[in-house]
Amino acid sequence: MAFRHKNTRRIEGLDSNVWVEFTKVAADPSIVNLGQGLPDISPPSYVKEELTKAAAVDRLNQYTRGFGHPSLVKVLSQVYERVCGRKIDPLTDILVTVGAYGSLFSTIQALIEEGDEVIIIEPFYDCYEPMVKMAGAKPVFIPLRYKNDGASASSADWVLDPAELANKFNSKTKAIILNTPHNPMGKVFTREELQVIADLCIKHDTLCISDEVYEWLVYKGNKHIKIATLPGMWERTVTIGSAGKTYSVTGWKLGWSIGPQNLIKHLQVVHQNTLYTCPTPLQEALAQAFWIDYKRMDDPDCYFYSLSRELESKRDRMAQLLQEAGLKPVIPDGGYFMIVDVSTLNVDLSDVDEKQPYDYKFVKWMIASKKLSAIPLSAFCGPETKRQFEKYIRFCFIKKDSTLDAAEVILKNWNKQ
Amino acid sequence: QAKMSRPVQARRLEGIDKNIWVDFVKLAATYSTVNLGQGFPDFPPPDFLKEAFMRALSGENHMLHQYTRAFGHPLLVKMLAQFFGKLLGRDLDPMTNVMVTVGAYQALFCCFQAFVDEGDEVIIIEPFFDCYEPMVKMAGGMPVFVPLRPKAPKDGKLMSSADWQLDPAELASKFSERTKVIVLNSPNNPLGKVFSRGELELIADLCVKHDILCISDEVYEWLVYDGKEHIRIASLRGMWDRTVIIGSAGKTFSATGWKVGWTVGPNRLLQHLRTVHQNSVYHCATVAQEAVAQGFQRELDLYGKPESYFIQLPKLLQQKRDWLVQSLDAVGMKPIVPEGTYFLVADISEFKSDVPDVTDSDEPYDSRFAKWMVKNKGLAAIPLSAFYCGAHKNNYDHFIRFCFAKEEATLKAANDILQKWRQEKTRP
Repeated sequence: MAFRHKNTRRIEGLDSNVWVEFTKVAADPSIVNLGQGLPDISPPSYVKEELTKAAAVDRLNQYTRGFGHPSLVKVLSQVYERVCGRKIDPLTDILVTVGAYGSLFSTIQALIEEGDEVIIIEPFYDCYEPMVKMAGAKPVFIPLRYKNDGASASSADWVLDPAELANKFNSKTKAIILNTPHNPMGKVFTREELQVIADLCIKHDTLCISDEVYEWLVYKGNKHIKIATLPGMWERTVTIGSAGKTYSVTGWKLGWSIGPQNLIKHLQVVHQNTLYTCPTPLQEALAQAFWIDYKRMDDPDCYFYSLSRELESKRDRMAQLLQEAGLKPVIPDGGYFMIVDVSTLNVDLSDVDEKQPYDYKFVKWMIASKKLSAIPLSAFCGPETKRQFEKYIRFCFIKKDSTLDAAEVILKNWNKQ
Repeated sequence: QAKMSRPVQARRLEGIDKNIWVDFVKLAATYSTVNLGQGFPDFPPPDFLKEAFMRALSGENHMLHQYTRAFGHPLLVKMLAQFFGKLLGRDLDPMTNVMVTVGAYQALFCCFQAFVDEGDEVIIIEPFFDCYEPMVKMAGGMPVFVPLRPKAPKDGKLMSSADWQLDPAELASKFSERTKVIVLNSPNNPLGKVFSRGELELIADLCVKHDILCISDEVYEWLVYDGKEHIRIASLRGMWDRTVIIGSAGKTFSATGWKVGWTVGPNRLLQHLRTVHQNSVYHCATVAQEAVAQGFQRELDLYGKPESYFIQLPKLLQQKRDWLVQSLDAVGMKPIVPEGTYFLVADISEFKSDVPDVTDSDEPYDSRFAKWMVKNKGLAAIPLSAFYCGAHKNNYDHFIRFCFAKEEATLKAANDILQKWRQEKTRP
């Protein structure tokens, strides 16, 4: 009986997931949750208002255009035309998806298959690996490596070795997945770093899947550069964005893929055969919110910039708290995560029986004994690199003051138990 | 280099890029004055549901704008487990027997990806909701088609969707060693057929005999007319363990734009749907799930009572069905009276003279007819051939599908067009 009801080969081994483990544990309200990346700050009020307005319009409660609600793709094309400095056709160059997660899935299903290799930079947002595997392809990992500087750690200190990267490319390499600003590290790839990647993509005729969900969250002294704007890259790049990260509405699950028609059309085929269309009222509300900010893109009050400023001070506060507790945070140049080396605390977990990496055990211990949650970094690594990163954990700091206050209390009292 | 000569897209997209909706939705938008084509209501969702959505937005809890539980918002899965548990006579665990999806469409996708491997055969009953075929192909499976065949109606009566039936021997012959899944859609889109207990038992027996899975698309479960009963195949003997039931808030609550659907079934099967879901979209939008949960709470409280939306909606739609049946019959378009759904298929043979046959065209006759009709009469409908596989598109090429989930004014306007058209035909 069993064999006929067995799961397909494509999902074999893809059932476990760090989030399923850790979000359950942290759901306890007495835990200060700095784990999963979701804001506990409110989205801006005009964003919430636009959704109320949209839901009151009868026809907006029915199906809209499959590849993206017209007013939404129109404003996305305007915003990104401005950012990229090139014409973007709202109907052919854009696909609206269920979150950036859905864009990653559509892109990988559309363009990657058995026999392909896909380069993934470690640490990586954990879904890249199972998605590449589900498409039947082989993930090829390359780690960011710490430049031995001596000075206090910044995400900029973590870099790719150009020679090592070049060695990962071969005739089977179909794509490289880039994530900038980077989750979990917070690294913002510089123009020079992007050029190294671009040169290899062009040389090997490789595609680039550029996950830029944190594109607006870059801190002073840093600039987000779109790899698609480098010469020779537009025609081979799919750039992914997220409403959840742009407007602090992760629960709206809207994202988008932008690129040349000859790539986006294949994503559209996947989309029409997977979920067909995204929710209408959310898309309309998002479109209206984008119009408001598009009109003030020259103004510092634009939410794209004001959120970034707000998060920079939270970043600085988080870093200070961690340092005062004797921890070594890696200060991120972008994004809303911060990774921390916890080995300095010398917490001995060798008596914990589980065959899990140190950081998994550490986080579980920290949740149980300190009532503070984070995410273990080895969840974001391929099999060969887990050892290298198992002394790191990731904190999310897009949290309201009271949450950070509660974290402060825990960190200040860390050694008093 | 080999890579440069290969197409950039993956092979799994082969043969699934065409989609009739892209064409017909565009035509309707450009030419139609009365759109009875794509299946969605032109009336609003019920007030209690809209209010639930507004309540969710206006509440203190702004966390409804953030991620909820990936496999389904806790309140929604709780309500679905309670509601469907009651209907199925089973104790359902909201965490393991229910999964929420982005519309029933994504539920279907998860099922095919979870259970259909390269070389697996999937039985699809024609006519079928068009996405089944490309989804099976994208999963590397082989669709195997078996048609509903029309029996002549009793003398003087209009044909009913009940007159379209499976031939038991023909159905049995479609099962092979490679058959993994059968897709059932009852009530059926486009015909409106509501499979009877006898028909479901026939299918169930074969599922059990060949030990295969059943994907049961029941999105129109509440839209059944004339006192007919929607029977859930999962409640038949031997079926719960091998069936995934799919439902839709869009159809249940007339809110297709919310894209909230669900799957119900044994954990043994749902665990694999969860794996696909967590590796494809992961989370579904939160607010609409909260509102749908409250909608179900209300319906649970009012179950069986006259104010229940699940009683009022089919009552309202039955009237509209009867109205459209009358409209079509009066002008010579022969309606097949649907037992369920909000679709109605009509035989347009008497109008064929308006659209002459073209011998060298690849396009099925009904498709050309429907396109001519929207351009020249402003009335949008969908050709029945859209719901058949490529090889069978010309088998039933003189039928078109109308959606009657429309305001009275819309149906009246459709009637006006039909009447005028008829008059033009009978003028000397």
